[in-house]
Amino acid sequence: MTSAAWLIRRVRPYGEQAVDLLLRDGVIADAGHDLKAVGAQILDAGGLIALPGLVDLHTHLREPGREDAETVETGSRAAALGGYTAVHAMANTDPVADTAGVVEQVWRLGRDAGLVDVAPVGAVTVGLGGTRLAELGAMADSPARVRVFSDDGVCVADPALMRRALEYVKAFDGVIAQHAEEPRLTQNAQMHEGVLSARLGLAGWPSVAEEAIIARDVLLAAHVGSRLHVCHLSTRGSVAILARAKADGIPVTCEVTPHHLLLTDECVTGYDPLFKVNPPLRTAEDVDALRAGLAEGTIDAVATDHAPHAMEDKECEWAMARPGMLGLQQALSVAVEAMICTGLLDWRGLADRMSIRPARIGQLDDHGQPLETGRPANLTLIDPDARTVVTPAELASRARNTPYARRELPARVVATFLRGIPTVLDGKAQR
Amino acid sequence: MRAAQNAVQPAAASGRTILDSPAIARVIDRIAHEIIERAGDEHLGELTLLGIPTRGGPLASRLAQRIGLFVDRSADPIPVGSVDITLYRDDLRSRGVRPLSPTCIPDGGIEGRHVVLVDDVLYSGRTVRAALDALREVGRPRVVQLAVLVDRGHRELPIRADYVGKNVPTSAREQVRVSLVETDGIDEVVVR
Amino acid sequence: MRRHLLSAADLDLADATLILDTAELIDTALAGREVKKLPTLRGRTVVNLFFEDSTRTRISFELAAKRLSADVINFAAKGSSVSKGESLKDTALTLEAMGADAIVCRHSASGAPHRLAEWVQGSVINAGDGTHEHPTQALLDAYTIRRRLGRLDGVRVAIVGDVLHSRVARSNVVLLDTLGAHVTLVAPPTLLPVGVESWPAEISYDLDAVLPKAEVVMMLRVQQERMNASYFPSVREYSRRYGLDARRMAAMSDEAIVMHPGPMNRGMEIAAEVADSVRSTIVEQVSNGLSVRMAVLYLLLGGASTSEAGVA
Repeated sequence: MTSAAWLIRRVRPYGEQAVDLLLRDGVIADAGHDLKAVGAQILDAGGLIALPGLVDLHTHLREPGREDAETVETGSRAAALGGYTAVHAMANTDPVADTAGVVEQVWRLGRDAGLVDVAPVGAVTVGLGGTRLAELGAMADSPARVRVFSDDGVCVADPALMRRALEYVKAFDGVIAQHAEEPRLTQNAQMHEGVLSARLGLAGWPSVAEEAIIARDVLLAAHVGSRLHVCHLSTRGSVAILARAKADGIPVTCEVTPHHLLLTDECVTGYDPLFKVNPPLRTAEDVDALRAGLAEGTIDAVATDHAPHAMEDKECEWAMARPGMLGLQQALSVAVEAMICTGLLDWRGLADRMSIRPARIGQLDDHGQPLETGRPANLTLIDPDARTVVTPAELASRARNTPYARRELPARVVATFLRGIPTVLDGKAQR
Repeated sequence: MRAAQNAVQPAAASGRTILDSPAIARVIDRIAHEIIERAGDEHLGELTLLGIPTRGGPLASRLAQRIGLFVDRSADPIPVGSVDITLYRDDLRSRGVRPLSPTCIPDGGIEGRHVVLVDDVLYSGRTVRAALDALREVGRPRVVQLAVLVDRGHRELPIRADYVGKNVPTSAREQVRVSLVETDGIDEVVVR
Repeated sequence: MRRHLLSAADLDLADATLILDTAELIDTALAGREVKKLPTLRGRTVVNLFFEDSTRTRISFELAAKRLSADVINFAAKGSSVSKGESLKDTALTLEAMGADAIVCRHSASGAPHRLAEWVQGSVINAGDGTHEHPTQALLDAYTIRRRLGRLDGVRVAIVGDVLHSRVARSNVVLLDTLGAHVTLVAPPTLLPVGVESWPAEISYDLDAVLPKAEVVMMLRVQQERMNASYFPSVREYSRRYGLDARRMAAMSDEAIVMHPGPMNRGMEIAAEVADSVRSTIVEQVSNGLSVRMAVLYLLLGGASTSEAGVA
């Protein structure tokens, strides 16, 4: 890849000692003090923090099928503006990404957009139907090189099928990312089951519906010796189960969304479906446990579960609304608010949970690499002192369903580089 | 959901007193005599007094008591009631919600009776119009008359009182405040 | 006065008492009259927006509005643009453009009236939303109790049945607590919501233990669709454990009353001889509903509307 060189002056990798970074030919060509580079464009990054480009394990880009809510291109732009250099695009599109053809289409759309690396996630079962395995091998062998498989949106509830899926993907070192929700316990469920659901008269989504599936899957993974990834942990009990599984050496990883690190079921009291999400917003105790789990590493990654929805799917009655909220563009800020401002993680820790570990789980070799000479120049520059009020109309996503409207959040992505090419400069997308 | 309460006003720190307690008593006695005279022996037995809340109520009771005394009807008291006109007002849209007051029509109703409506102050006349509307739904009196403690002018409707305690010329900016022992702990009429 | 009546929790003691007092004054003002009509809300428009069939509630609101001389429009979701896919928001804006001063909303989705209230200028009255609340039902129940027993403060009320799915129960627990009554919820554990322990009410699974102390026994309807969903083993077992029959009624104190929001399943949660007994307030509840809804309409619409207040 050829491109103009960039000299980033006085940036602080992981918030530590300031250095100059020279990006050339897609890699970090040099790192040091007072670097000189003839012909390089210069970016004065005094006061900014550099992190390896963020990697999202859980994004809904809606294309093909719901291009009115999001496209690969608009979602990629939101991702780049959020500091991401790679995202995993979930399979619940229309048609479902359950064949090599669909995953390859999504992958190519991502390449054409050229803002982040789009890694398609393949469906575990045909049409997310939960009855027959999709052609996982074909998707793995396609140009999209699918390694993460998920029926996200619905749970692979059948234990026998889940076992087969876990076993089968070992052949190409894949991983099953489970949406943990026991369907019989969540029929018509609208919000976290507890004091507030009782008061608001909304059918409850009990924590146990998540925890029961996680416990089962952890035991299955141990039994067949397969890697398991658990999507969007939302309860204190889930963190405890994962901690125990990891202590027992079971090869399991998991993620938490930004919104589950910040918002609680109290948000539901006005019945505004912007706060309807699956799994639902839980209690403050759950939020505390999730933050602690992320801080100590029981939870491996922050993953956005970015879920764009058209206006008419949110401007309606709570029960009729689709679950999900935007996440890509505010994920870093929310993570900073929840983890850095509280002293639970430092910037190196945040890089680990938002870039290094998710890249490893998704097997994206170009991403989540240290900021040092010779490594791929995938990085993002952050102003840690900026504070921004979220304005839905200004978001890059086609949809507007952010739960953070009018909220002031810390830290701002100033620039993002994908293989040395700026996708974002001065907070603006470059294409 | 809270209706505007009748604000409890402080005792007249300023303003001029139009009627004090003895004057109010004299005025009520005079009106009582006038009502007796106008009704005549023939219709005295048909008399029914209806106060318009809030202060028309006690005024009606006092009048009935004095009339009873003057014509010696202690054994057969004059029927007294009240008729709340809030639900009949035509100015609801221009002010806050008002709490309702009781409507109490004496046993026997008002059909064919000689009804005297009693209020404290006659001003625009809209209250009286509303009271007439309210009465119409209750029955058909033989005659309806109006007695007020104070007539302050500024009528907006063709309505006049049959019995007036005191005519008080006022400007529209002035307030006429009637206090009665039963509702306010003191008898007085003050203009501010 | 708030602009809307969405939840019984919107009412503090003064508000709730004002509504009940107003209902009583309207009752006395109309008592014995041939023409039960008041001119109060002439020129105001009340829309009954019913997404769920409920003939009795709709008729009650309609009659209440008409007795106050408001213009009433009935907008039933069936056969309207709503069934053609029009959104709640578009419906709301349409009604607004037609000049609705109040929208009385019945909806199968909890919180729908709250959404409506965000989109319209006029008042929104919740006439039952999903499994959330039905505040005017609670008000008419409180009014009925006050008329029968002469007080609400300290009254011991048992609410019996499907609390989990009951908007009547939710509104009553909140309002009766505000008014100083003591509520005991009686139901099989499957029909109590998780989190009910945070409600201002005692919980019991044993109707026979609660009945002798109760001054008011409010029976909730058991919906047909619960009967085959394993909330209880059989209709017979439910009826035996939680139904109010003549034998159980005999255990109640002499002055205690029996209430039911209707429609009743005779023979299921309430026996016919109980429903028709002198303790039963079921017919009064209907007429009291009219007075209470007139009071609510008067208090919400009787003053200057928000847009008019500025020029008053």
